[in-house]
Amino acid sequence: MNLVLHPLTLVTFFPLLGVLVLLFFQPERKNAQRWTALITSLITFGISLWLLADFDAKNPDLQMTINLPWIQVAGWNISYAMGVDGLSILLVLLTTFLTPISILSTWTAVEERVKDFMLFFLLLEVGMTGVFLAQDLFLFYIFWEFTLVPMYFLIGIWGGPNRMYAAIKFFLYTMAGSLLMLLAILWLGIYQNTFSVPELIARGGIPANIQLWLFLAFAAAFAIKVPMWPLHSWLPDAHVEAPTAGSVILAGVLLKMGTYGFVRFNIPLFPAAAVKAAPWMALLAVIGIIYGAAVSYAQKDIKKLVAYSSVSHLGFVMLGLFALNPQGIQGGILQMINHGLSTGALFLLVGMIYEQTHTRDFDVYGGLWKLMPVYGTLTLIVALSSMGLPGLNGFVGEFTILLGAFGSKAIGSPWFAGLSAIGVILAAVYMLYMFQKMFLGPQGSVVAEVEKHGHGIKDLNWREIITLVPILVFIFWIGLYPKPFFALMAPAVDKLVAAVQMAANVAMH
Amino acid sequence: MTTTDFLSILPITILVAWASMILLVDVFNHKQKWLSPLLAAVGLAVALSFSIAQSGNSYAGFNGMVIVDGFTAFLDVLFCASGLAGIALAYDYNKRMGIDRGEYYVLLMFSISGMMLMSAAADLIVVFLALELLSIPLYVLAGFARPRLDSEEAALKYFLLGAFAGGFVVYGVALAFGAAGSTALGAIFAAVSAGTADMTLLVIGAGLILVGFGFKVAVVPFQMWTPDVYQGAPSAVTAFMAVGAKAAGFAALLRVFTAALPSLYDELVPVMWVLAALTMIVGNIIAIAQTNIKRMLAYSSIAHAGYIFMALVAFGQQAVAADAVAAALFYLLAYAVTNFGAWGVVIALEKAEGKGLQLDDYAGLGRKYPALAAAMLVFMLSFTGVPPTLGFVGKFFLFRTVLEAGFVWLAIIGVLTSLISASFYLRVLVIMYMRDGEPEVSRPVLLNLTTGLTAVGTVVLSIVSVPLFRWASQAVLRLF
Repeated sequence: MNLVLHPLTLVTFFPLLGVLVLLFFQPERKNAQRWTALITSLITFGISLWLLADFDAKNPDLQMTINLPWIQVAGWNISYAMGVDGLSILLVLLTTFLTPISILSTWTAVEERVKDFMLFFLLLEVGMTGVFLAQDLFLFYIFWEFTLVPMYFLIGIWGGPNRMYAAIKFFLYTMAGSLLMLLAILWLGIYQNTFSVPELIARGGIPANIQLWLFLAFAAAFAIKVPMWPLHSWLPDAHVEAPTAGSVILAGVLLKMGTYGFVRFNIPLFPAAAVKAAPWMALLAVIGIIYGAAVSYAQKDIKKLVAYSSVSHLGFVMLGLFALNPQGIQGGILQMINHGLSTGALFLLVGMIYEQTHTRDFDVYGGLWKLMPVYGTLTLIVALSSMGLPGLNGFVGEFTILLGAFGSKAIGSPWFAGLSAIGVILAAVYMLYMFQKMFLGPQGSVVAEVEKHGHGIKDLNWREIITLVPILVFIFWIGLYPKPFFALMAPAVDKLVAAVQMAANVAMH
Repeated sequence: MTTTDFLSILPITILVAWASMILLVDVFNHKQKWLSPLLAAVGLAVALSFSIAQSGNSYAGFNGMVIVDGFTAFLDVLFCASGLAGIALAYDYNKRMGIDRGEYYVLLMFSISGMMLMSAAADLIVVFLALELLSIPLYVLAGFARPRLDSEEAALKYFLLGAFAGGFVVYGVALAFGAAGSTALGAIFAAVSAGTADMTLLVIGAGLILVGFGFKVAVVPFQMWTPDVYQGAPSAVTAFMAVGAKAAGFAALLRVFTAALPSLYDELVPVMWVLAALTMIVGNIIAIAQTNIKRMLAYSSIAHAGYIFMALVAFGQQAVAADAVAAALFYLLAYAVTNFGAWGVVIALEKAEGKGLQLDDYAGLGRKYPALAAAMLVFMLSFTGVPPTLGFVGKFFLFRTVLEAGFVWLAIIGVLTSLISASFYLRVLVIMYMRDGEPEVSRPVLLNLTTGLTAVGTVVLSIVSVPLFRWASQAVLRLF
């Protein structure tokens, strides 16, 4: 099919069109730039819906594939290969869904250098979508590394007071892992003679001891991105300093690139190593769940609390993925989406109050419920979703993961699942603690502080509500009727699990 | 002299003759300052087109002393293009700095003719001849900003250490001659294969040649001169030197070691391995501490010599050698494009008396001159090796060779030092985009054109890298 008009090429690169248009705007025309970015990202979302309409949920294989020779010279075998399947379709949709929402959230929050901001934001979208669609390791790596650059600028230019430190730390940490992955990619390219992911999976046959090294090299890149304990220390810094929209995308999509990397590459490419590593990965995941939750509770800064809660939630995702059974992986993938929605919404909410109060310190808050009932209600729903209340999305994901982890042969012990249930309880503790501190009790000093500067604290305006409502729709939808979401991924997950089991059996005998 | 002899050195002859003519023109022409650079550019363009016309053919001239093959053609094009970029960068810069003298362009052309001779040299005597022909004009150019003291210091330092390095090369050549009975690379190869060569002597000779060229391409521990010379020399000269002299040095190393001395692989591989690793580590680590952009780029050029050197380490592995040469050439090209662009930005910000060269002078560039800052962003990312830039593709090709040759640890050192390098390249971005300041730049047309073209090239050529890489892969070394 035609390179440019192929749906996957379109959905990935369409934001570039917006970038081109933006380049021609005068810096002063801020609203025009905002609208351009918003409309571009909305059209991109539209294209991704078209993708969904064409997507055959019963087909476990890659669909709408495009495969054109790219660098085929001197023994190189690199293609422009893209495809989408049940493992990635939801993540693509999450990306194109959260991008316009994030852009909408910056309407009044970003006043400085709007043009540059929108440029970087749209470039970031290209990178993220590309990561989820690329089916050639070289192409994948290009998208993967490329996402660093715009995010680096989003944190570094529009971030908080300590932004430069956070931006550089983010860049260097992530790059450290990716470079080891680059060597592993090169190894595969040399000794398997292809960079195509489906072909590499089909070919298999990598000796078990080498598989372990390659697994570790890939895992270095992905574990830092997730981030898994103990490689998480860049995340709180990046989140606290990043502007709201940056945090939303960071938590909502960028972290998912790490967990997605495990499902797409680590597990199917090195199945024997994945089975061997599963208990260890589960151990790290459980430590992350409990550690993240405990540290969250100790925070005084709302954003930091949400950041550490991400470490905990992504621990759940990792636990599910390395259960290596259908429930675990399905739950893991659904929880990626859930976390993107809930934590994305939490960061949006934090950003909305921060715009008025310019502080994220719990202690000065209190009694906001009376002043901002709409804001309070929405925050409560999102907080409940994040802590896994039945009937909301978080519960479905976590429950499925725990089911998978309990019965997982690969993990080998129900203790992991048992211990991680503590994380669910802790999540309720720190989320409710935050809610209580902010919304209940006597009025905090910040209210008077804001009133001193003229007008008092205002409830959410229409734009802010419109920003949040789409997310809330999905929070309820997934919580009440998750079947269509599972149906999208089930065949692909079953295929993955079957392949892993077969490869593991071969390796055992 | 046969026709082949004549053809084999035709582009070099054109350059030398043309440069001599410009020298004469310059004597009688004092008013039209634009004439010499224009003539020089025309001469280089003619030589460039002859080099392109030659690619695909291969023949030996002067009884095998000079060889024209894919390797030569690739590098000749690189040298001539570097010369053109060097003129474009120098034209306004020299006027601004008050060093607008016609012999600048003549010296540039002489130096390029030496580089082109180097890429064709198939005899150690010719290698030495080419080394001197390319170096002496560069010594003069380094001191071109006289009576500025640091420029004179740079020239003297470069000259003394260059002469010293030349001495190593001559001594090495003499020992190799003693060992194999000939200075012709083909004859040395034959003598080694037949077992008539004195291997101990040959190893020592090869070691000395390695040291001599180690100085030229600035690998650790022979890099001491680089930061001072790069800082003291006029920036336009430094830009040219960082590409041309390095590429010529690697041309000699690649041809001599890969084509003539693969049998010394076992003896030399540990030495080269250590040199490559040290160069990457030291270059990148010291660069972190720099506050002057010229010094930072100098250390960065040392580090990049280390990366290219990795390709040389595999010189004795027949199966990998061709890939290694291609990867080295491609990396040189990627480095050249990025380097000229970066130096173009440096020149745009440089003021008289060495002002405007601190990293802090770049504060606010992103806001005041977004296009220039965006170009610098591309160059810094390319130096770091972040896609989608030529630097990334270059590293990708290079690391594959290193892994193919089985040097996994060297590759790991390579990627880890790339990570270190990210910290100082990123600092430039931090200063440009995240600090406020009022930078002043001069942006004449030619400079804009150079930085613009190289920036676009760095990105676009990384996506359509196939023709370039195919071209580099054809550069198989021949001995006849």
